[in-house]
Amino acid sequence: MSIAYAALNPTANILDRAETFETATVSLDRLRVGAHARVLAVKGEGAVARRLMEMGVVPGAPVRVVKCAPLGDPLEVRVRNYHLALRRSEAQTISVVLES
Amino acid sequence: MSSTLESPSPRTTEPAGGQAEQAVRPLVVALAGNPNAGKTSLFNALTGLRQKVANYPGVTVERKEGVWALAPDLRPARLLDLPGLYSLDATSIDEQIAHDVLTGRMADTPAPDVIVAVVDATNLERNLYLVTQLLETNRPVVVALTMFDLAERAKLEIDVKRLGESLGVRVVAVTARQRRGLDELAHAVLSAVGVETPGVCWRLSPRAEEEVLLLAGDGAAGREAALRDIYSDELPPDAARREAVEQARERLARSNPQWWQEPLTARYRWIERVAEGSVRGTQTERPSTTERIDRVVTHRLFGPVVLLLVMGVVFQAIFSWATLPMDLIDRGFGALAELTRAHMPPGLLTDLLADGVIAGVGGVLVFLPQILLLFFFIALLEDSGYMSRAAFLMDRLMRGVGLHGKAFMPLLSSFACAIPGIMATRTIENPKDRLATIMIAPFMSCSARLPVYTLMIAAFFSEKKLFGFVSVGALLILSMYLLGITVAIVVAWILKHTILKAPPPPLVLELPPYRVPNLVNVAQAMRTRAWLFVKRAGTVILTISILLWALMTFPRASHNPAPGAQVVAAAQTASQTGIEPTGETSQGAGQAQGGAGEASEQLQQSFAGRLGHVIEPVIAPLGFDWKMGIGLIASFAARETIVSTLSIIYNVGKDADASSPSLIEAVRNAKRPDGSPAWTPLVAVSMMVFFVLALQCMSTVAVVRRETNSWRWPLFMVAYMLVIAYAASFVTYQGGRLLGLG
Repeated sequence: MSIAYAALNPTANILDRAETFETATVSLDRLRVGAHARVLAVKGEGAVARRLMEMGVVPGAPVRVVKCAPLGDPLEVRVRNYHLALRRSEAQTISVVLES
Repeated sequence: MSSTLESPSPRTTEPAGGQAEQAVRPLVVALAGNPNAGKTSLFNALTGLRQKVANYPGVTVERKEGVWALAPDLRPARLLDLPGLYSLDATSIDEQIAHDVLTGRMADTPAPDVIVAVVDATNLERNLYLVTQLLETNRPVVVALTMFDLAERAKLEIDVKRLGESLGVRVVAVTARQRRGLDELAHAVLSAVGVETPGVCWRLSPRAEEEVLLLAGDGAAGREAALRDIYSDELPPDAARREAVEQARERLARSNPQWWQEPLTARYRWIERVAEGSVRGTQTERPSTTERIDRVVTHRLFGPVVLLLVMGVVFQAIFSWATLPMDLIDRGFGALAELTRAHMPPGLLTDLLADGVIAGVGGVLVFLPQILLLFFFIALLEDSGYMSRAAFLMDRLMRGVGLHGKAFMPLLSSFACAIPGIMATRTIENPKDRLATIMIAPFMSCSARLPVYTLMIAAFFSEKKLFGFVSVGALLILSMYLLGITVAIVVAWILKHTILKAPPPPLVLELPPYRVPNLVNVAQAMRTRAWLFVKRAGTVILTISILLWALMTFPRASHNPAPGAQVVAAAQTASQTGIEPTGETSQGAGQAQGGAGEASEQLQQSFAGRLGHVIEPVIAPLGFDWKMGIGLIASFAARETIVSTLSIIYNVGKDADASSPSLIEAVRNAKRPDGSPAWTPLVAVSMMVFFVLALQCMSTVAVVRRETNSWRWPLFMVAYMLVIAYAASFVTYQGGRLLGLG
């Protein structure tokens, strides 16, 4: 749990933290750069959610946050041995479990 | 959601392209694969230069087809290169086209006998996703494993044979650059003809399988049909079946709100098992070369600096390096026109040939250097993997306007010339985002506007300084650039909230590993772009140029040679990049002997001249008289034409350029009928504003027509830009007069 906590983005609000504490899951956009995690669910609907899954972001897939763009958005993540850029708004729909 | 499980045509059990039928029609092979998987390199290696590019009917997606000499004693195959795609579930028009071709639903394109799935060995799992869907089409599939050498270097050991066994199809490792594995691939394709693929290899959750079984009845075909019906967008036409499917979906949705995700997850589960069995080696977490390059290239501070440098080089190339070849083309066609005059009897036909046709063709070809250079850089940046990084860096800014990060490059190029810029919007997948980008590209102040700025500033602001050291002229030019950008941002915002309304384009963008660009691909891309431009846009430009020639030549004033022609000719031969029309570039030194006065008279007599009078009441509120009106009409050929047109009207000879003293003097001294000066500094500014915002460029119209595949958008573009330009000039002139600047 403590590792999970450490990898959290410090800007996450308290409510989220409380939720996180129980389940150890967060949305992908709240991960710190360098954090390793595993996809738990893709919560979105429609074309974007489908595209994310087609690109390999399916439940169980390991992901790592590589960096965020100079203006803070989009994010770059590593999934299935390649690099994928996605916006924070899209990353928000992906819930992940932190891995140590 | 839509289905990927379709197999609308009966299963190919009899050899569709077997030896017997080889004599009747050639084998049709389709290349399908993810973007960046090395598909283009493979296509070029298999076909050489024997390929042709066209559009699929009704859309702007490119259709690439080549001839693949499979084996020396066999008839060559038709090889279709499909657009790069991640999935057969169409979210973009490219994917829709690929899906339709692969399932035999595309008009004019036969269903492929064999599908060659191009798979990047270094990125196996994600590339195999498309393969699972291809297997589900039940068409013969062969996997071409590219980047095999790179995978080996990355310490990834792929057991090709076992991979093939797990997938149920032949897998061939190929290296396009060294032409390795190409013969083996040909053999695999030939022996795959008529061989059925395993179909759906994965299973869903027990709950979902229950529903599938309920709907399927018995047999494998029933299961696939059930999967297709439940998980596709469309419902089956049969009413009873439709109801059964709807009920199944409802039950599934009740037990799992994300029920539609099951086939996607199941495919990846299956892929993971396949990869586990055939890939050995450690996928090290050691940062790759790409990651190390990206530490600089997408760095918070250095990233934008690198982007600026790259864009600087591209901009410099199309803005200034292109001028030399453009100048040569210019002079070449000028000389050709002169030669025509020298060897033909003077008359209308000669005028038409020299000033209409030859000048028109020159006006088309003069764009080629810029197009070739821009697409050289774009192909280089795409092939190396940098283009995605540029989009990654620019996305946040561009999204503010409602555009995609990829819109950045086309818009920047448009500062040199909107023609190659608009052609470069093809990298934007979403049609609405692409259209929005096309619609605002001409607001970027291109180099053809510079002669106009130069003349206006030379005539009225040359010596003026602000605070003693800031040149008013430079400040004005800067303002014109900023005006164009500002209006573009506003228009983009409006378009994206009205007729092109769409949610902000999602960004789910692969950042492919950096690779050394394949120069064959680059050359091929340049060739294709150039040819498409000449063929499609060229015909329109030529037509309009002849039309404008006629407008300024008829009716004939007297026996004089047609001087109206010279205007178009000067415009056409004058390059579009701001090389101002000079004495050498315009043809016909002997031709000008008719005298400037007669030339002026003819132009005033012509339809164009009369039109100038007709529109005078309309343009008077902008501060323009009828002579300027003729200039506005003529400059539809190309913006800088107004300079040569004014020269003729003001009797200083057509060869005057934007900084010629006689023309500047004539502009300053031009009088209205009441004796007041026709031009004032305010009129000059109003004119500049008009030129920034109006679409005074037939070539842009032609290229938009080609890129949008309709006349609707280019005409809309001309109209709305004219309205904006008129309004802005009106505000400038009337506002200026109210402030007492007139």
